[in-house]
This record gives sequence, structure tokens and C-alpha cells, in this order.
Amino acid sequence: MPKERKLSRREFPDSKKEGDSRIGKEEVKHLAWLARMKLSNKEIDAFSQQLSQILQYFRKIDEVDTEGIEPTYHVLDLTNVFRKDEPRTFPAEEVLRNVPEKKGRYVKAPRMG
Amino acid sequence: MAMAKAKKKERMTRVMRRDEEKGKDGEPEVIIGLEVHVQLTNLKTKLFCSCSTDYRGAEPNTHVCPICMGEPGTLPVVNEGAIEDAIMVALALGSSISRRTLFSRKNYFYPDMPKNFQISQYDKAGGVPFATGGSVSIGGGKKVRIRRIQIEEDPGRLVYEGTIDSSPYILVDYNRAGLPLIEIVTEPDMESPKEARMFLQNLRSILEHLGVFDESLQGAMRCDANISIKGGKRVEIKNISSFKDVERALSFEITRQKGLLSRGLRVGMETRHWDDLRRITVSLRVKEEEQDYRYFPEPDLVPITISEGLIAKVKACMPILPSERKRLFIDKYGIPPQTAEVLVGSKALADFFEECIKLKADPLPLANWLTGDLKALLNEMEIEIWESKVTPAHMAELVSLVKDGILSGKMAKEVLKEVVATGRMPRKIVEEKGLRAIASMESLKEIVERVFSENPEAVKDALRQEKAVHFLIGQVMKATKGSADPLMANEAVRRRLQEIASSVSA
Ligand SMILES: [Zn+2]
Repeated sequence: MPKERKLSRREFPDSKKEGDSRIGKEEVKHLAWLARMKLSNKEIDAFSQQLSQILQYFRKIDEVDTEGIEPTYHVLDLTNVFRKDEPRTFPAEEVLRNVPEKKGRYVKAPRMG
Repeated sequence: MAMAKAKKKERMTRVMRRDEEKGKDGEPEVIIGLEVHVQLTNLKTKLFCSCSTDYRGAEPNTHVCPICMGEPGTLPVVNEGAIEDAIMVALALGSSISRRTLFSRKNYFYPDMPKNFQISQYDKAGGVPFATGGSVSIGGGKKVRIRRIQIEEDPGRLVYEGTIDSSPYILVDYNRAGLPLIEIVTEPDMESPKEARMFLQNLRSILEHLGVFDESLQGAMRCDANISIKGGKRVEIKNISSFKDVERALSFEITRQKGLLSRGLRVGMETRHWDDLRRITVSLRVKEEEQDYRYFPEPDLVPITISEGLIAKVKACMPILPSERKRLFIDKYGIPPQTAEVLVGSKALADFFEECIKLKADPLPLANWLTGDLKALLNEMEIEIWESKVTPAHMAELVSLVKDGILSGKMAKEVLKEVVATGRMPRKIVEEKGLRAIASMESLKEIVERVFSENPEAVKDALRQEKAVHFLIGQVMKATKGSADPLMANEAVRRRLQEIASSVSA
């Protein structure tokens, strides 16, 4: 049996070096930018602390020995759930009722910088 | 002497051209890689929901449902047709198919995807692309290697009020959001814009032959290109929507970057947008901050296993591919390899060719007309064969008019122009214009006789020097208004000259 490959931290560019679970202010700012959120300095401080604690907590998982165990991508032991290529129409008006802002039939969205 | 000189000159320019392409130390001057997105247009429904894919010309947001609009609590389910299509594409390109594959979530906050992520595939972070490896031939024995093939959903269409820069907000039409796409990523194996065009054209033909893709649908094939020029950094060009534009966009970019480099300026890494109206690339001026998609395996979709059985089943119903068809054209119809290559470069053209053959057209001259004059005329008009008024019946008739000696090659070219412009049948055009080639030696003889009696000095000269012979041939052609076959005119003039020469010496 080949040695099971653990996901390395390098594959998640957000994450830090092995063993280091602190999330610095710069990283919080970057995450906020990716999520299109504006954070105040106070919030950046608070999230930096909270996210570090959360990440530290999840590091416990790293202690488990996963040698030789297949990675789990889905909690159900299922594969190949498919659908036939047959069209069905849904009343689009129903869906559009949930759209907060419209212009004619278009969904109106903010400009992205 | 002159021949040898010309040959040497030709050899020199060829060497120089190669140097230009390769640079002084043998490294390519230009390196191009492509990322092609192809809509699987044979599918009737979106990738993860049952909304119809027949969105072209529809009112905005009419082909939407809670799944493709990203409503909370909905679950995507994979369209099985997309898996079969992807297997076919992978087999056709010689790629190796992953026996177990996964979808990945690509996170980004942009309104073209209502979920704030796109379901795609990825080769890192636990992801497994659908297939890897393979290649596409681009002629001259060169192949462009494929890095990976993956399945993903198309984003929605954004509409700006005014220009992309000044629009105060974005309007979104989600009819396209969730359409099944295949992404084909190449290795950076192309060294010129022309090679990039050849790659896209041949890929398009393969996909057309497979029946997964319809080239006549606007925007069904789009691509992003990466280009690095020696001495500069890698630049990405987004929003290229046809294989003709890929050549234009890359040529523009090479000129732009070479201009910068020659002025001692630097070419930095950046993303640019191809503006197909102005035919220029423009900097997107995105924030220097690095985009980060935080890929992870899609938790809403279970993994997919591809069995040998399924691959064998798909393989068994694979249609004929351009490479096999090219072989067939060479073997069955005696078409030269290069001409056959051009014919199968477009499924529409190859089909057209075979339709003409069914109408008993002579294959070799037919192939030459299709890949030569007709192609040039269509290129000039910037239209594809299916957008033109020309049908197989037109071409079959034109070829037979030439074969029967009713039209000379030169006249047929004129008739073809008229056919392309008006869609009228060649025979009708011939009748109306009173065209008729002077195909028999008998009728040519009379004309030669007349030209000779009108130009006695030239005839005298022609007995001694070649230049005057050409003058006489020219006069004969002129007298027939170009309706004679030039070779026949040549022969008729020389034969008459010989008769005169032998009667003088006798
Ligand atoms: Zn839908």
C-alpha cells in the first residue's frame, strides 16, 4: 500500500508554516480583501486573535496518525451520482423574487474593484 | 546562375527567420500557452441542474433555477452527458483519464457566479483533474502537448452600462451560469501567434467531429493566452473569443511588448483584456494583491469513478476524427496531404467536400478550389463556409464546367466570385454573361492567325527571341479576353511560329 499523502500546508497558500497557527494582521487584511469585506483596525485585531485560536484548536487534527488511510472527501460512501441530460423548466419569476436589486430582467450587482 | 542565387537568398531568409524565432542561443523568442474553454453544446441541460442550455437569444435570467442561482439548501447533481463528453475529448486528444476524479470549489467574490464560487476541478489541494497529458498536432509534424482537461461550469454574462471602466454597477444575466464547459490547458509549446491559431483551429475541428461542440454558436469557445517574450515577464490575455482573434491578440501583444523592450522599458507580469472591437489588449489594472481561490474538494458532490467499461463503451461509439479523415481523403481521393490537412481543419469544410463528391465532383480539382480560391474569398469576407451562400451544388457544377472545357480556370475564378456574392448557380452565370472558354485548338488557330497578321514585326522578332513570343501569347490572350487556356495559347503560338520557321528554311 502506498504511503498516504497528507495535504501539505503548502497547498493551502493561506496557511502558515507547520506548527505556526498565528494569523497575523496582514493575513487578516488579505482575507478581508478576498472576501470583499471592509474591516476596522479594531476588527482586524480581534479577528487576528480569534482566527489564531480557531486554527490552533483545529491543529489537534494533525495529531491523528493518518498513515495508510484514504482521504475522506465526502461523508457519504457514494460515488457517481448522476442526472440524465433532460431539461426541466423552473418558473424563473420565482427565482427572481429573491433578487434584491434588479434592472429590467437583469440582476443588479455592485461594481467590483 | 540566377536560380542558384534566388535559392541561396531563400535559404538565407529562412535561416534568418529561424534565428528570429529561436533567438541567438536556440531558445524560442516567444512562448505561448493556452487555456481553452469550450461549451459542451451537445448537452441539453446545465452541468449541475436541469435548466436548458438553449439560452442564446433568450431574455435575461429566464434559464435559471434555485440550483444555478445558488439558493441556500440546494444541491448540485452532475449531468452524466458531461462525463461522457469529457471521456470522448480525453480519448481524442490521447490524454490519460483519471480513474477517480473530484470536483473542487474555486472561491472568489464576483457577481458572475451567484454562489460566490465556481465548481471546477483542480490538480492541487486534494483535487484531481479529469484527465492529463495528450496532444494536438498543428501541422509540419509539430504537436502541442496538453497539460490537463477538466470539467467546470460557465459563469454568467456581465453587462456594463457604458464602458467597463465607467459603468456605475454591473448587470448580470445568469442564463449562461452553470453551462457545462470543458477546460483544456496546454503546455507552453507554441512559438508564434500562427501556431496558436492552428492549435485552436485543429482542436475545434476535433471537438466538432466528436459532436460535442458546435462552432457556429457565438462565444461557445473562448480562451485565455499566456505569452512570454524573451526578456519580459509572462502576460496573460483574457477574453479571446475566436481562433482568428487569438492570432490578432497575440500579434498585438508581441508588437506591444517588443516595443517596450526595445525602448529599454520592462514588461511586467500582468493580466490584460482583449478588446475585440478595437482589436487591442488593455491592462486590467487589477490590484497588485495576489488572487487566491482557496480551492478545496467540493463537499456537495460525491467523487466520480471512471471504469474501464465506461471508457470502452464511449470508445466504441467514437466518430471519425480529423486525422483519420485526412488519411481517407489521401487514400481514397488522391488528395495531397497538405490539401487534405486544410480540408479537415474544419469539419464544415470536410463535410462540404464530401457532399460535393456525392454530386460527382472531381475530387482533386474540387479540393483545390475549396482550399484555394473559395477559402481565400471567405477569409476576405471574414465569414465561415456555413455563413456563405455557396452550396455543394454550386461547387460541383463549377468544377464540372471547368472539366468540360466550358470555363477556363481564369473565368471560373470570376464565376466563383459571383457565386459567393449572389448565390446564383455557375451555369446560370455562364449563360447570362455569354461566357465560354475557347477550349479548342481550332478556334484558337483563327485568333493566332489574326494576331500574327496584325503584328508582322513581332512575328519576325519572335522567330529569334523569347521576349517577342511572350508578347504574341499576351496578344492572343487579350484577343480572347482571357477566355483561352494560357497553356493552350502558348502552344498554339509556338506551333504557328514553328510552321513559319520551317517554311522559311525550306
Ligand atoms: Zn438551473
